[in-house]
Amino acid sequence: MKTDTPKDLLDATAARSASSRNLKPLIGMVVLVAIVAAPLFMKNFLIFQLTLAMIWAIAILGLNLLTGFNGQFSLGHGAFYAVGAYTTAILMEHGGVSYYWTIPAAGIVCFIAGFLFGLPALRLEGTYLALATFALAVAMPQILKFSPYEHWTGGVQGIVILKPDAPFGIPINQDQWLFYFTLFILILMFAFAYNLVGSRTGSAIKAIRDNPTAAKAMGINLSLYKSLTFGVSALYTGVAGALSAIVVQFVAPDSFTFALSVILFVGLVIGGVGWIPGAFFGALFIMFVPHLAEGISKGLAGAVFGFMLIAVIFLMPSGAAGLLKFVLDRLTPVRRWIGSQSRRRQ
Amino acid sequence: MDLFIHQVLAGLATGAIYACMALAVVMIYQAIDHFNFAQGEMAMFSTFIAWQLMEWGFPYWAAFFLTIAISFAAGVAIERSIFRPLHNAPVMSHVVLFIAIFVIINSFAGFIWDFNIKSFPTPFGTRPVLGQGLLSAHDAGMIAVVLILLLLLFVFFRYTRVGLSMRAAAANPESAQLVGVRVSWMLALGWGMAAAVGAVAGMMIAPVVFLEPNMMLSILLYGFAGAVVGGLTSPLGAVIGGFSVGVIENLAGTFIPYIGREMKLSIALALIVAVLMVKPSGLLGRKIVSRV
Repeated sequence: MKTDTPKDLLDATAARSASSRNLKPLIGMVVLVAIVAAPLFMKNFLIFQLTLAMIWAIAILGLNLLTGFNGQFSLGHGAFYAVGAYTTAILMEHGGVSYYWTIPAAGIVCFIAGFLFGLPALRLEGTYLALATFALAVAMPQILKFSPYEHWTGGVQGIVILKPDAPFGIPINQDQWLFYFTLFILILMFAFAYNLVGSRTGSAIKAIRDNPTAAKAMGINLSLYKSLTFGVSALYTGVAGALSAIVVQFVAPDSFTFALSVILFVGLVIGGVGWIPGAFFGALFIMFVPHLAEGISKGLAGAVFGFMLIAVIFLMPSGAAGLLKFVLDRLTPVRRWIGSQSRRRQ
Repeated sequence: MDLFIHQVLAGLATGAIYACMALAVVMIYQAIDHFNFAQGEMAMFSTFIAWQLMEWGFPYWAAFFLTIAISFAAGVAIERSIFRPLHNAPVMSHVVLFIAIFVIINSFAGFIWDFNIKSFPTPFGTRPVLGQGLLSAHDAGMIAVVLILLLLLFVFFRYTRVGLSMRAAAANPESAQLVGVRVSWMLALGWGMAAAVGAVAGMMIAPVVFLEPNMMLSILLYGFAGAVVGGLTSPLGAVIGGFSVGVIENLAGTFIPYIGREMKLSIALALIVAVLMVKPSGLLGRKIVSRV
């Protein structure tokens, strides 16, 4: 049995103090209300940034399902992000499809793309898979510029799409509406991820990560599960890409370079590999830290990313999950003390 | 037929670039068993150092050898400071560190020397050697440098004590340790040599593609492709692989409509995936058998 994944540690910490369990739903409700109410009081640009952060979170979650739970690497998830974004843009521009229908379409297209790329790639392990996905990410902008289908993709220029209005005449502006729309999909995607990881399939996926030989002996079809996980992971990242196309209103080949894949990877590592809520921390990090770094000096964002990665690997290999656990552990005596006080009162 | 020969020759010229890079990739792969995704950026930074030295008035060859020495030291320093403490960490940590070094070097190069392209001199001149615009003096010089480099590496790994120790350390660390090889320093040496070979590659490539912080990304991809095609465990294989990738790229560009010209990087992608699937050991690589 493997018990040192960040999630297990967190669960163990949480289980240790039963008193916090009663508080959990309450805290959840308060946070949800706060998030839902927030856009009504914020500037449009901040709403836009938070919407983007949620989109990053979905993409990072996809990468985390692959790396954190199935133990496969990808340096090329930017490519699936691109496929999702282009699916939405092409459907909206040339097919006249409503923006909300393009999201599942992008998900399905990316699932198939991921599954097909995963089929040969699953024979490759560790750094070989990293190499193949690296190649995919580097080649992607060129594939998107390919002139024979320029008519559809807009070639180097890309495609401009229109921001949708809120439906049913709800009196909120477009940015606010997209915030809620993204929030809805985000909740849907995270709920699905939790269920997937907790399910029988999820156990098989994790078993492959922990011990492929034993998993195979238990009758798990390794190649099928690995490609499926690759597909699901690509689906998440593709949905995120589709949302980003709608929110940013623009897709172009040079938005989907290797740098994008690196950013997703940074978000994954900073948030904590193998811990689902880590995606939020990673997303907030890659959304807001570059702005701070650019404030100090232009072009320094990369260096900040790099040093943070090294720091995480050296000091806290489980990322934000590890940090949270550290804090919770420190708090446990306090909570125990509070618990004993309240018991005494009863 | 004339066109064919023409393109093969032109392919050899670009192939020399890839062969240079593939050689650096194989050097590090032999030492640490990983692809160094920061290899291209390290080579780029070395090339900038050479450029800076020449700006300060150093003659070409002085700058050339000084850069190699600096790169070697930097490679050793990176291994000692960042990778040594995490020697036994899982693959994931190593990939994270490669990416970290990648973005740090890229960012610093842009920070120090900005993102405008700079021209880089060639010591061989640019007049055509063979036919009109077929093989320039620089191309010929580059091919010669690659072959000399290969010969030096061959002699080093075959006939010197240090070279043999390095191979022993890579092939079987425990036994090597037992016979008195300082395995961990051999790793550092491997990093240093890979950085030095990368520096040579960078300085040979820069006159062709111009100098800027992002110059190496696609070349690194071709370098990987060359190394994979040739076999990751063989320097000779890497050079042959690099040249064949150059030739394949050029022939595809001429004879396959659209795809060859506009999706050159996808050719590298396809080559990597195809070789890894069909014959993971490449042309000249040693087969690695692992217990399942």
